[in-house]
Order: sequence, then C-alpha cells, then structure tokens
Amino acid sequence: MAGNTALRTFGKHWMKPLTLIALVAPFAFLAWQWTQVLTGINPRAMGTDLVAYTHHFLGDTAIRILLVTLAVSPVRDITGWAPITLIRRRIGLAAFFYAALHMIAYLWLDRGWDLGLLWEDMVLRTYIMLGMAALVLMIPLAVTSTNGMIRRLGRKTWDRLHWLIYPLAILAVAHNLLMVKIIYGDPLMHAIVLTVLLGWRVARWGMGRLRPAAVA
Amino acid sequence: MELKFRRHPDYQALRAEMTPHEMYIRRRELLAAAGFAGTAAMIGGLPAFAQTPSAQIAAGAAMTAKKSSYTVADPQAAEQDFNEFCNFYEFGLNKDDPARNAGKMDVSNWKITVEGETDAPGTYDLRDLIDYSQLEERVYRHRCVERWSMVVPWIGVPLGPVLAKLKPKTGAKYAQFLTHLDRKAMVGLAYGGLDWPYSEALHLNEARNDLAFLAVGAYGKGLKQQNGAPIRTVVPWKYGYKGAKSIATIRFTTMQPPTAWNVANPREYGFYSNVNPNRSHPRWSQAQERVLGVGGFNPQRKTEMFNGYEAQVGYLYKDIDLIKYH
Repeated sequence: MAGNTALRTFGKHWMKPLTLIALVAPFAFLAWQWTQVLTGINPRAMGTDLVAYTHHFLGDTAIRILLVTLAVSPVRDITGWAPITLIRRRIGLAAFFYAALHMIAYLWLDRGWDLGLLWEDMVLRTYIMLGMAALVLMIPLAVTSTNGMIRRLGRKTWDRLHWLIYPLAILAVAHNLLMVKIIYGDPLMHAIVLTVLLGWRVARWGMGRLRPAAVA
Repeated sequence: MELKFRRHPDYQALRAEMTPHEMYIRRRELLAAAGFAGTAAMIGGLPAFAQTPSAQIAAGAAMTAKKSSYTVADPQAAEQDFNEFCNFYEFGLNKDDPARNAGKMDVSNWKITVEGETDAPGTYDLRDLIDYSQLEERVYRHRCVERWSMVVPWIGVPLGPVLAKLKPKTGAKYAQFLTHLDRKAMVGLAYGGLDWPYSEALHLNEARNDLAFLAVGAYGKGLKQQNGAPIRTVVPWKYGYKGAKSIATIRFTTMQPPTAWNVANPREYGFYSNVNPNRSHPRWSQAQERVLGVGGFNPQRKTEMFNGYEAQVGYLYKDIDLIKYH
C-alpha cells in the first residue's frame, strides 16, 4: 500500500482548496441559520434555545475538527497516502477558529460579557477550566502554524511544541464529557474516537520499542 | 386474535365507559369479603350501568379553565416551544426527542395506583381524582436546573386537596410520584443514567402548599405526552425535574423516598431542589437563566430565590440551611 506511487501524489493539487471549503462549510451553515433568525425568514431555524444551539454547534465542530487533525497521521501511515499531510495544519487551524468562536459565543451570548461571571466560572467549574486550558494551549499552535514559523523555530522545536495537541485534545474532550448531565451520544463518541487515535499512537510507539529489542 | 382485540383503543374506550372504576373496585371488595375473589376477577370485566361525569380530556384537546390569581406579568413562552423543547429522558435525551417519540405512549383511560401509608389505597381513574369541570389556569415560571426558564399557563387543580382525598395516614410525611413505565414507547430508557420508573417526591407540607399543582393541561389544551400527559405535578418554586410527568403511582411514605436525580448525583441534585440563585450547581452558576420561548435572543434574567415565590413558600424552609439541604 505504502509503495503505491499513484496514492503518493493523489490529491496533491486539489486537496488544499477542497479542505478549505469543507472547513468553512459549518461556519457558513451557522451563519445561514442566524441570517434566517435575524431576518425573520425562519425564527425557529435554531429551535427554541438558540444560545445553547450556537454554543454547542461551535463546540462540537471544534472538537470534531480537532479529532480529524489527529486522524491525519494514522491515515497517512496506514494507507501511505502522503499528500494528506498537506492539509493537517489548516485543519488544526480551523479547530482553533471554531474553539475561539465557541468561547466568544459563551462570553457574549451566555455570559453577556460579564467578566465577573466568567471569573467565577473559571475558578469554580472544572469543565470550564478544562475548556479554557485547551483553548489557551491552542494559541501557540495556531500562531506557529505558518511556513515561516516552522522555518524560524526549526522542525524539531516546532514538532516538540505541536506535541501539545495531545494534552489539549484530552482537555477538550474531558471538557465536553463533564458538561452533560448523563454521559451519552456525542461526548461519548468523541471520547471513544480520541481513545482510538491516541491508542494507535501508543501502540505504534510500543511496537517501535519492541522491534530493536527483537533484533538484538 | 383475542389479545389484539383487547388492545384496540376503541375497545379500551368502550370498556372504560362500561365499568366505572369505583364500582369495579367496590364490587371486588364485596366479593372478596364474601370469599369469591376468584369469581370477582372474572366478573370484573362485565358491563355495569352508571356513567361518570367529566371524563378525562384527551391530549391536545380543548380544555376550559377559570383564570387563577396565580399569574406572572412576564410574556408566556410560545406554545410551540413548550411542546417542542422538553426534558423527558424516557423519550430521549435531546430536547426535541420527546416531541418526536412520546406520542406513542397511550394516555387514554389513565389509571393511578395509590399505595403506601394511606387509608384509601387502590387504583383510581383520573376522573376520580380530578373534576374536569373545576379546572383552573395558573401562569407559573418554570425554571430548569439547566439554567433556562419558560413562563407556562398550566391547567389543573391544586395538589393538596387531591392528596387529602387519598387519605394519607397520620404517620405519612412524604408523597412520592412515579412516572408511568412503558418499555415499548419509551425509547430513551436504553440510555440509562437514571433509575426507572422516574421517581419524584415532596414532603407533605410542601405538597400542601397552595402553589403545588397537579396539571392536566396547558395553553388551553390537554397536556401532550412530551409534557407529561395526562397528569403531572408542577412545583414552581423548585427546579423543573421535581415535577413528575405522566404519574402512574402516588405512594405515601414515612421516610424520604429516593428521587431520580438525587439518586443519580446527590452532590448536584438535592432532594429539595428549590430554585436558589445563591447555591450554584457544581458545574454552573444558578444566578441567571435564559428565558426561552419569547423570541429573539433568549434574554438573560436574574434568577430569584424560590423562583420568585419566596413570599408563598419561604415559611416551609425557615430553619433549614438551604445550601446544605439544597
């Protein structure tokens, strides 16, 4: 599989623009729903609780895109489809974009920019703290996502910095799991997918350590 | 064949008209006393005569009620929001699941079993408990523990007098309400998380407060299944889940009964569950709420102590630490 040359270049040219469209689509969809409500075309486009809807939509989208980012390497390694790595950074950046919007929606629609309430939430509510921590950890990754930054930092440092995606993904999914009254459905699915993606890395790392030992 | 015929709704309706329940019960008692318990079971289904007044009003059917002085000035939630945004976990965990799934629950000819510490145990028809010609409409604030609220025009009767009619024994201190358990219609049971049937309870002093309400309708119509048809409790100074929907059993007890959310997570959901802006839910503040069903952007509102009903219910909790006993 990995030796398939056709697969090694498949999608090399259209992959980036297509990914961009796919990543903007959820935002466009949400914007359309808001337009319907604001203009009165369909005041119920987002159901009864549009604040919760907007908030959850952005949060779920952020987590799912984050999980897709984490799925890129396994897909490449298993299938040998190399060009997929070309889109990894923009997927990660989109995850940050939706996470930031999720946070803004929370501050604006839910807390009404009341920073006192925000502070109380951050200190008292574990799940808010976890979510904030995940978002804060995403900032350096987003900032260093350009080609120029990779050059400036050097590939090794850059890789080490971007290793942060593992702890921050765990924080984000924990944030998601802790906010529901009963663990079910989407949050549970996110946790399972994350476990598989991280499990795959741990397994590969474990195998890597075993192999030289077997040779010796 | 025979079984199918019995399940047919027309047959059910006919059967209910044929045998008024009180008579049915009384005849069974008489026969049982005479030592004909076995025969009674067979005769029980035979047609009788009298008709009872004010039959149960069907889900969604028009309902007349006199206006009550219990009302709030704030705009009411739109009826559509009331019917399409529901927490009824037996029918699914998303807010729109109950509206989609609950219609499959048959709520005609409803029976309520009364048991425990009572001098009037038995199975009652709704019309034994509720006089459908004496309904009143009360516009209450409904505050969900999830930090949203709706203003709802409920229709029903005060809870206290109905419980009094069911003769709790002197030692009885609590009334427990169990939601109907319909394993076929309740597609949400599979998610688990709570013990079924759903259980809620009130101290009898709380249940006797004039605000405690037994609702059979809202918005001028019989309650729909997703909102707890055909009968539910409404306790406006407590978080919404304290209201038990589709009540199948009322049990009087001397000890505090287990209640669904309290058993599932006692740290987050206390037995009393009074609306209290000063007692945060461990995961979110309860100081504010989003007002739903009034259009626009779900305006935020400051949550009031006892949901704004402190003058009516404050006396019940005078000497109680409401943070500890939340």
